Amino acid sequence: MGAADAKVSEIVVMKLSGHDLACIRGGRRVFNGVGFSLAAGGALILTGPNGAGKSSLLRLIAGLIHPAEGHVALEGGDPELSVGEQSHYVGHVDPLKPALTVTENLAFWARFLNGARAIDEAAVVERGLETVGLADLARLPAGYLSAGQRRRLSLARMLAVPRPIWLLDEPSTALDAASQERLQRVMHTHLSAGGLIIAATHGPLGLAEPQELRLGMPSTGREDSCVDIDALDAMP
Amino acid sequence: MTALSALFARDARIAIRIGGGAMMGVLFFLTVVTLVPFAVGPDLALLRRIGPAILWLGALLSSLLALDRLFANDHEDGSLDLILMARLPLELVVAAKAFAHWVTTGLPLVVASPILGLFLNLEPTALAATGLTLLVGTPALTFIGVVGAALATALRRGGLLLPVLVLPLTVPVLIFGVAATNAAVAGPVPFDTPFTILCALTLMSGVIGPFAAAATLRYGME
Repeated sequence: MGAADAKVSEIVVMKLSGHDLACIRGGRRVFNGVGFSLAAGGALILTGPNGAGKSSLLRLIAGLIHPAEGHVALEGGDPELSVGEQSHYVGHVDPLKPALTVTENLAFWARFLNGARAIDEAAVVERGLETVGLADLARLPAGYLSAGQRRRLSLARMLAVPRPIWLLDEPSTALDAASQERLQRVMHTHLSAGGLIIAATHGPLGLAEPQELRLGMPSTGREDSCVDIDALDAMP
Repeated sequence: MTALSALFARDARIAIRIGGGAMMGVLFFLTVVTLVPFAVGPDLALLRRIGPAILWLGALLSSLLALDRLFANDHEDGSLDLILMARLPLELVVAAKAFAHWVTTGLPLVVASPILGLFLNLEPTALAATGLTLLVGTPALTFIGVVGAALATALRRGGLLLPVLVLPLTVPVLIFGVAATNAAVAGPVPFDTPFTILCALTLMSGVIGPFAAAATLRYGME
């Protein structure tokens, strides 16, 4: 393994792009004609009002929902793996089991996401917990964690398993000032090692010169590319 | 295979921790079996005759008890998203989860059945035959049940939908499970005939169940 790519992953991604993406959820067209292009080491911030489709776009890139139109293309990377399989996805909820301890939760994801690759699990978990400042709570059942601590444990998951693409849905939710600073540092390290970050956010994430994709705005002048906010009220 | 063994170990560990489903099934089994003599009356000959059927019914109902949480918990806390994004075939993931579920809830039922059989005045041959048929038959109940569990999760409906969907599909397992036990005790059919059909049902459901549940999750979770 080379020294340059040792940090982020052995997979080197060149460019991630979306072309003319459209998404339909529950019979409602959430967005239309959305495109983006993100080179290695770049960050893309998704902004827009509630219901504009920020989370839907992230889930679409992750492969959890299929686009109604358009496609997501990846240059570089492992040709045998899909985009989702090379990505970390941090959603609204943190995938933790309350009955398991902090260490057990992180160790499970480290082992599950790493697949057949042999890793020094204990060291990886310990390092991850230390980076997000949860080392003192390692033996506490995750059910007792606060919202911010749960989010930090989710971030530790991304550090424990190297993946080139990070898809973050409101990553700074519930984080205190110190943790937000830590998140910035972690994201910066990831980017400078050639990783990609796509994050949906309402506030500033402190990234240096990110691209911004504003959803829910009439971007191309076509009327149908604008999300009809009134339609949200009609939703059951 | 470490990813699958990690998943198996996690599910098994959650089930045996406080609040997990492992002990609930056995306690429910105990309750069902002890209620029957109260309803039927203290007729020892009758209990001995219908004992295997009661044990099988109790095991069938108990094995479905915790099943609706199999994917629902993972769905609610977002684990299912990461599992769907994983580099593993979803069919294997479902099979690993189902196996962990059987080890923590089905196997205790098998172990408890000889003791509960004593409550029903079963003779040693019947105890052994019930234990053996449950050991072979309860995996079929779990593997049929995972399809219902996946469907209930995909439809965002829990509770009673699962037994309503799954119980009719388990009828063949119940028939051949009880038939094999009765054959061992009273004849006239040799024990092998219904028992091999029971084995075949388990093997079939072990193949079809994970594929059907994986397909349900794949197309239902959008």
